Amino acid sequence: MSSTVETTSEIRPFQVEVPDEALEDLRRRIAATNWPEKETIADQSQGVPLAMIQQLARYWATDYDWRRCEANLNALPQFITEIDGLDIHFIHARSQHEDALPLIINHGWPGSIIEQLKLIDPLTNPTAHGASAADAFHVVIPSMPGYGFSAKPTSTGWGPERMARAWAELMPRLGYTRYVAQGGDWGAFVVDQIGLQAPAGLLAIHTNMPATVPADLDKASLAGDPPPSGLAAEERRAYQQLLRTYGQVEYARYMAARPQTLYGIADSPVGLAAWLLDHNDADGQPAAAVAAALDRTTSATGELTRDEILDNITLYWLTNTGVSASRLYWEYKGGFFNAKGVAIPVATTVFPGEQYQAPRSWAERAYPNLIYYHQADRGGHFAAWEQPQLFTEELRAAFRSLR
Amino acid sequence: MTQVETSIARRDVRPFSVDVPEEDLVELRRRVRAARWPEKETVADPSQGVQLATMQELVRYWGSDYDLRRFEARLNALPQFMTEIDGLDIHFIHVRSPHERALPLIITHGWPGSVIEMLNVIGPLTDPTAHGGDPGDAFDVVVPSMPGYGFSAKPTGTGWDPVHIAGAWIRLMRRLGYTRFVAQGGDWGAQITDVMGAQAPPELLGIHSNMPGTVPPEVSKALASNVLGAGDPPPSGLSADEQRAYERLSFLYTKGIGYALEMGLRPQTLYGLADSPVALAAWMLDHDARSYDDIAAAFDGQPVGSLTRDEVLDNITLTWVTNTGVSSGRLYWENTLGFFDVKGVTVPAAVSVFPNELYQAPRSWTEQAYPNLIYFNEVDKGNHFAAWQEPELFTTEVRAAFRSLR
Repeated sequence: MSSTVETTSEIRPFQVEVPDEALEDLRRRIAATNWPEKETIADQSQGVPLAMIQQLARYWATDYDWRRCEANLNALPQFITEIDGLDIHFIHARSQHEDALPLIINHGWPGSIIEQLKLIDPLTNPTAHGASAADAFHVVIPSMPGYGFSAKPTSTGWGPERMARAWAELMPRLGYTRYVAQGGDWGAFVVDQIGLQAPAGLLAIHTNMPATVPADLDKASLAGDPPPSGLAAEERRAYQQLLRTYGQVEYARYMAARPQTLYGIADSPVGLAAWLLDHNDADGQPAAAVAAALDRTTSATGELTRDEILDNITLYWLTNTGVSASRLYWEYKGGFFNAKGVAIPVATTVFPGEQYQAPRSWAERAYPNLIYYHQADRGGHFAAWEQPQLFTEELRAAFRSLR
Repeated sequence: MTQVETSIARRDVRPFSVDVPEEDLVELRRRVRAARWPEKETVADPSQGVQLATMQELVRYWGSDYDLRRFEARLNALPQFMTEIDGLDIHFIHVRSPHERALPLIITHGWPGSVIEMLNVIGPLTDPTAHGGDPGDAFDVVVPSMPGYGFSAKPTGTGWDPVHIAGAWIRLMRRLGYTRFVAQGGDWGAQITDVMGAQAPPELLGIHSNMPGTVPPEVSKALASNVLGAGDPPPSGLSADEQRAYERLSFLYTKGIGYALEMGLRPQTLYGLADSPVALAAWMLDHDARSYDDIAAAFDGQPVGSLTRDEVLDNITLTWVTNTGVSSGRLYWENTLGFFDVKGVTVPAAVSVFPNELYQAPRSWTEQAYPNLIYFNEVDKGNHFAAWQEPELFTTEVRAAFRSLR
């Protein structure tokens, strides 16, 4: 908190301080969980399996330590500032390299700023991670409205378009007159919107869930039609991946219609955990990368661990943001993966475990000013969380031409 | 809950009564009172789901003045039994009419219902003379709990879909000694009853449905392609009634049955239904817009028909106490039939169309769907829970529907 721009009256330092009683109540509720019977099949096709959630709940109620996560968050410079009538929480980590490129990174559902924590040091301090000072970023990671420690909207209108406008206000407020933006999942929707709005100072965006589907194919895939003829092999694969995804996203359609009915994700920790865990990736539902993380207690290479999964879920619980976060689906009325018409410079990384692997042909049409396209060899829907080293390298490469 | 076996019980049909342990009710009340709430919805209507004020009023009443043993007393006032069919214990109410030539009738409830939905029609149907009716209209009534619902056992393997349940009901009626009977249902009960009518065992004289499956295949296909909002245009040449039905169904498929689609895909993920009474109550209240309006009104002190807050809580409390939120939802995962599709019923069929049902089946579609349509009537009140909300009108309809088959 040494920067002068951060000490203006509108930007207040923020620390996480969860009362002991909230943690005790959480543990008590987990320990008192009333369980349903076991699923009637031997796989994950009816939802999050009972054994998986019971094993997680056992650890959550006993050895899991929220205070470790809280200390990690509080070791980072966090702030609150009011934008458009709403208090916005964000991490703001400046690089020691003065010429660093300012970067705003937007998380998604069922995520939070927890997804991005492992990126912060490599991005801001590249020389400590085997990279060049010329690759340094100043990093801003906001919590979306209704998520984490940002305030919850009390009226309608906070969709990705409005968030994009808010970020375009946040970055200049921090003193940044030229910056780039990055996102996956909802963050990808928000960065596409900010790309469309093209505010002064925004140089480019990077997305790890690019919206590239041509209009005719978007319509056909949403209607569930088989792949049209004439698609290249990569396009055909992408089309089939879209059909698979549309068959798995009932949770999203539910939240788009009835977010308020999900009282269980406010009242039941296990209800919340299961709802958050049941997001798909290309390899499974729950996401294969998340299911694998539940069995990973440590990782020297930064791969996703059980503690990180619980850090994110616990953050949702402690801030009671399950319903307010869900409401973003209700707010959004636009398309999912259809090309949105972004004209500014765009970089994209295609991860193999993402909802669909955007073919270069579609990406070039969707983003006429495509400055970077790369297919990574590992990582999925939660790319920053799953493969932080690789993700960091992608961002360095993506934005190198803009420095 | 204990199942009471007595010496007079037949080998395969055992008397049953509900006996909820006191500690279960204490625990329920504790959880209800300890509810942790989300913030209020950001709109002034139910368009985001069950409204916070309605839920808080429900919880206030549930956690204080509501009699948690009310549903138990109501059920135990009726003859209840348990019998094993295909390896699963099936709970049912069985009330014989005092009238000798009563017509045997099996009534199947739906989701998010239970046998509670039918309690107010059992008296009038079995004992018409005590309710201003004619002894010639008497029924012997069987009301089973579907597998995974209420006091029936929960399947531990797959396969208990509506087709399997329909077959089980036919065997149940035979086991009870009925050689000619009729069947009735709404919601899942309508699908099961339709399937019974398609299976057409010789004993089944006819069926009555208050949620008939009538949607022609080409209309059904257009609806399915529009679920994600991008599909085929509505079929051309629809009459005014058909167009109205199409529009209601289109709203349902795009906005109105997310709960059904979620349970169809991921029932096990709904752990909150087992762990949180408030979650369960909200999930069960949010069936469809019109019944939600009526139930919200009940908690606002203005019940519509017989659908009072006590009735609503009887059903939710039964579901909580039996921990059947997830097991009942799994029926959607099991199902492979189109909710409103034509099921191929060949036996005589009777249909009552209630004005606030999910859609109003046009006579034209109904005549095509049920080639042996013996009765069709559009009534002037009642929602999706017709038997529950309008028991008198419902009884009148069932009597009229089956009169020609006696």
